[in-house]
Amino acid sequence: MDKEKVLNLAKLARIEVGDDEAENLTREFDAILNYVGEVKSAKVSPLVLDFQGETLINVMREDTNPHESGLYTKKILEQAPAREGDYIKVKRIL
Amino acid sequence: MINLENLTIKKARENLKAKEFSARELTVASLDAIKEKDGDINAFLEVFDDALEQADDVDRKIKDGLDLPLLGIPIAIKDNMLMEGRRATAGSKILEGFISPYDSTVVKKLKDAGAVIIGRTNMDEFAMGSSTESSAYGATKNPHDLSRVPGGSSGGAAAAVAANFILAVLGSDTGGSIRQPAAFCGVVGLKPTYGRVSRSGLIALASSLDQIGPLSKTVTDAEIIYDVLKGQDIMDSTTIFDNTYSIKKKFSQMIGVPREFVESEGVDESVRKNFEEAIKKFESLGYKVKDIKLPHIKYSLSSYYIIMPAEASSNLARFDGVKYGLHKDGKDVIEDYFKTRGEGFGREVRRRIILGAYVLSSGYYDEYYGSALKMKKLIADELDEAFEKIDLILTPTTPTPAFKLGEKMTDPLLMYLADIFTVPANIAGLPSISIPSGLTDSLPLGIELTAGLGREDNLFTAGKEFLGE
Repeated sequence: MDKEKVLNLAKLARIEVGDDEAENLTREFDAILNYVGEVKSAKVSPLVLDFQGETLINVMREDTNPHESGLYTKKILEQAPAREGDYIKVKRIL
Repeated sequence: MINLENLTIKKARENLKAKEFSARELTVASLDAIKEKDGDINAFLEVFDDALEQADDVDRKIKDGLDLPLLGIPIAIKDNMLMEGRRATAGSKILEGFISPYDSTVVKKLKDAGAVIIGRTNMDEFAMGSSTESSAYGATKNPHDLSRVPGGSSGGAAAAVAANFILAVLGSDTGGSIRQPAAFCGVVGLKPTYGRVSRSGLIALASSLDQIGPLSKTVTDAEIIYDVLKGQDIMDSTTIFDNTYSIKKKFSQMIGVPREFVESEGVDESVRKNFEEAIKKFESLGYKVKDIKLPHIKYSLSSYYIIMPAEASSNLARFDGVKYGLHKDGKDVIEDYFKTRGEGFGREVRRRIILGAYVLSSGYYDEYYGSALKMKKLIADELDEAFEKIDLILTPTTPTPAFKLGEKMTDPLLMYLADIFTVPANIAGLPSISIPSGLTDSLPLGIELTAGLGREDNLFTAGKEFLGE
């Protein structure tokens, strides 16, 4: 782990991180990754390699019966930091 | 004047039914205790201004002859559960001012059961921590020793019960966040089977691990609340049905102790001694305690600290300063994100999001996240097999008693090791309970019982027998 890498990851995660913090994080990540890295070397039998299909099942519902339009609009918009009418307002993107 | 110290939910319900006191009087006792002592402890982030109105409403229902499992019982919620029209911050500045637009399923169930919901308790920011020191609203102190932490992340919840402010609080447990603070504060804390309690309206940390459960004074009380909370919910597709795990094995008082794991490095001498005493107590109650081998359980913590930050980095992407919560202005929309998230998230949250981004990034995904998922499955299988021969696994809940405030804040890895005994139950989805097992130098210690999938009944049976309930 190095500082450049940490700053790049912070960028990917959309988090502003200062130089000092990046340096601290570099040291901390080295210690944490060194510890959690033990899972890489642990022997895992080939049986469990293909497990996702049998254990994780998506629970779906029919895409029908929507709630009445606008039922929650007011409550949800009240929480938006900026709005214009019934829209959430953000800065220009393009 | 009601003495909350000697009261339990079970007893309070009897008193309320017999009209020995009213729901209002019981609520007033709670509010007075909080007012008098919470200045030093900081267990509550908010006491709701309508608590007495709720209590009066309950008193009318009692008068009408209504009987519900929690009718008139004051209960609090950890600050990561939504209650319509109330603030919820998850202990973070990024949700400062946020008002919940709807009730979480657990809050709905508490209301339906007649509880008086009196406030929000403090927690580590987004439940990331084992000491409640990472809350953006100040640390909570351990009522047994104000220079020590109450544990975390449900530290406010555990402290509120231990300080006799209230009879029970709902917490959430991703890697031990109910059980570890319960042990540090000398109360009971239950993490149900993964999927047993709906997380709809819980602010997510790591969705494959999160589970809601009660902190209370007795196992009986924990069971009363568990019965209210459990159940399949259309709003949380991971919830299980009553018969998802069919009960096959008859309870035969067989306890397994993963000896090698319990004797890990870093386990305090006082904890070892207390643990051996707990084993003797179970034996004197007629239980058979035997050593078992679980060769992969020691990898639970490392798998956890890969899977949890990975899921957290994805879950917390929603906090962007656009839809709700804090907004910090930058020169364009992308800079708004950076500033909002940089200033809104505290240090530990930033650390885990960035770590999560790393273990999920191309080139490291298979090495870290992939390996951790395989290990998770291996550990779950290993534990599943163990429960064919035993009913319960017994370990200490924590490797040490409550540590000093500030002691582990500068070394995240040291803090993470506080979860060593609690994490396996989350990794394998198993129900697990921490029970007070005595004091060392006037600090509480806890033992942890873990049962097979869907076998909360075994936890309640053994837990009640251990505490003499």
